[in-house]
Amino acid sequence: MKTKSNLERVLSAGHFAVTAEIGPPQSADPEVIRKKAKILNGYVDAFNVTDGQTAVVRMASWAACLIGKELGLDPIVQMTCRDRNRIALQMDILGISALGISNVLCLTGDHQKFGNHPQAKGVYDVDSVQLIKIVKDMRDEKKFQNGEQMAYEPRLFIGAAENPFADPFEFRVLRLKKKVEAGADFIQTQIVYNVEKFKNWMKMVCDMGLNEKVKILAGVSPIKSIGAAKYMKTKIPGMDVPDEIITRLQGVPKDQVPKEGIRICVDIINQLKEIKGVAGVHIMAIEWEETVPEIVEAAGLYPRPKF
Amino acid sequence: MLISKQKPFEEIMGYLNGEKKIFLVGCRGCAEGWESGGEKEILEMKKKLEENGKVITGYALVDMLCDKALAALKLKNYKKKIEEADSLIVFTDGAGVQVVSELVKKMVHPGCNTISSGGGHAEWKGAERCMECGNCVLEYTGGLCPIARCSKHLLNGPCGGSQGGKCEVDPTIPCVWHLIYERLKEIGKLDKMEMLLAPKDWSVSLISGPPVKRF
Repeated sequence: MKTKSNLERVLSAGHFAVTAEIGPPQSADPEVIRKKAKILNGYVDAFNVTDGQTAVVRMASWAACLIGKELGLDPIVQMTCRDRNRIALQMDILGISALGISNVLCLTGDHQKFGNHPQAKGVYDVDSVQLIKIVKDMRDEKKFQNGEQMAYEPRLFIGAAENPFADPFEFRVLRLKKKVEAGADFIQTQIVYNVEKFKNWMKMVCDMGLNEKVKILAGVSPIKSIGAAKYMKTKIPGMDVPDEIITRLQGVPKDQVPKEGIRICVDIINQLKEIKGVAGVHIMAIEWEETVPEIVEAAGLYPRPKF
Repeated sequence: MLISKQKPFEEIMGYLNGEKKIFLVGCRGCAEGWESGGEKEILEMKKKLEENGKVITGYALVDMLCDKALAALKLKNYKKKIEEADSLIVFTDGAGVQVVSELVKKMVHPGCNTISSGGGHAEWKGAERCMECGNCVLEYTGGLCPIARCSKHLLNGPCGGSQGGKCEVDPTIPCVWHLIYERLKEIGKLDKMEMLLAPKDWSVSLISGPPVKRF
């Protein structure tokens, strides 16, 4: 074991892992996080808090993670390169490890143009692949990016994201390979609705033997409404929502749509469980965290392993 | 006036791994003025490369390498010698390297770092302009600049927002990493994109270096 991460323990023991995402508030209210963390408690092996998702100012990921940690959950700090240069990134890496946090997810970050401060200057001093390597060198070599040594290393289970639905499709698996070579221990993917395309990608992943080197958690998300499904299909870059998902939602009475959205999510999880190389799921129930326990139970993933 | 400086010779030799026959391109404009790629420098480089076991199939000097039409006209005369070569090295600023990469479907190595555009932006107007980062990466990106053209200045491939060849930030902008992928595939150099590129040294760049012209 490289760290004290519960997620690492669950994955090392060969269990099908479950993680979920919490969106932090656009305020300083800790109760929002406590409420969401309590819902997830016992149903997930670890929880993510997004880092200024879609470039909107929200509570810092590490701070919200600490609130969840106090309630006994294993946090995954999301860290983007959009707002921090290599100096700030390394300071935060030392800081979160000192706070007893054991997981970090290294991301490039949504472009500032999409957020509520589009006038901001993007940083992008390093990219996500380079950030993974920085954390890995800090942990395993006790080395800062400039080559200097440190006395006490951060002990972090290193995560990265990958989007099998972005282009160029054939490069996506090579990009994953780069992240693995840089030092990623686990991957959380973009939300999977197009299971067939995801299967093709996973086959390429397994053909390259990457599933032996990194734990891949497939992203899933329940859809609340037909409007949301259409919005994701047409407006969100890098999202692939097949027509049959929308047709299925349209096939039920209006008041039944959210329930159907949850059922679709459970069906997708059940299909993902059968795909070679998938080590778990990451549930992104955006502003709908209360559905996570129901999804986990319905997918036969409850109770979670205890150590 | 674009100000460029030759890359260290060892760096250039590192680029030529496994390549024997080389064609050199220089520029009688800015690069001659700044002694980074005029006739004198090209002949010196030719000699140095030959001493290091390389065969120079030929060399061309274009009056204004950043003028795409002019460069195309001039390089046409050297078609055979360029075809014979395994790769080309271009000794001028980033814009000139990009012109040649665009014209020749072969590996084009940058021989110089662009220190400053000196207030000008070359004759080849458009998105391909150089951002004078001071440490040219065109070697790894098929002659298309991710510093100038990627919204996030990424060095290790497209982000998750690249869709249908377009940048997530603006659907009218091509994703330069998609173009890089296509270009490298075309010239059989996709391995360049599999390399892990280390964090960039921005201290030599006008983007975040000191607010002075370093020449």
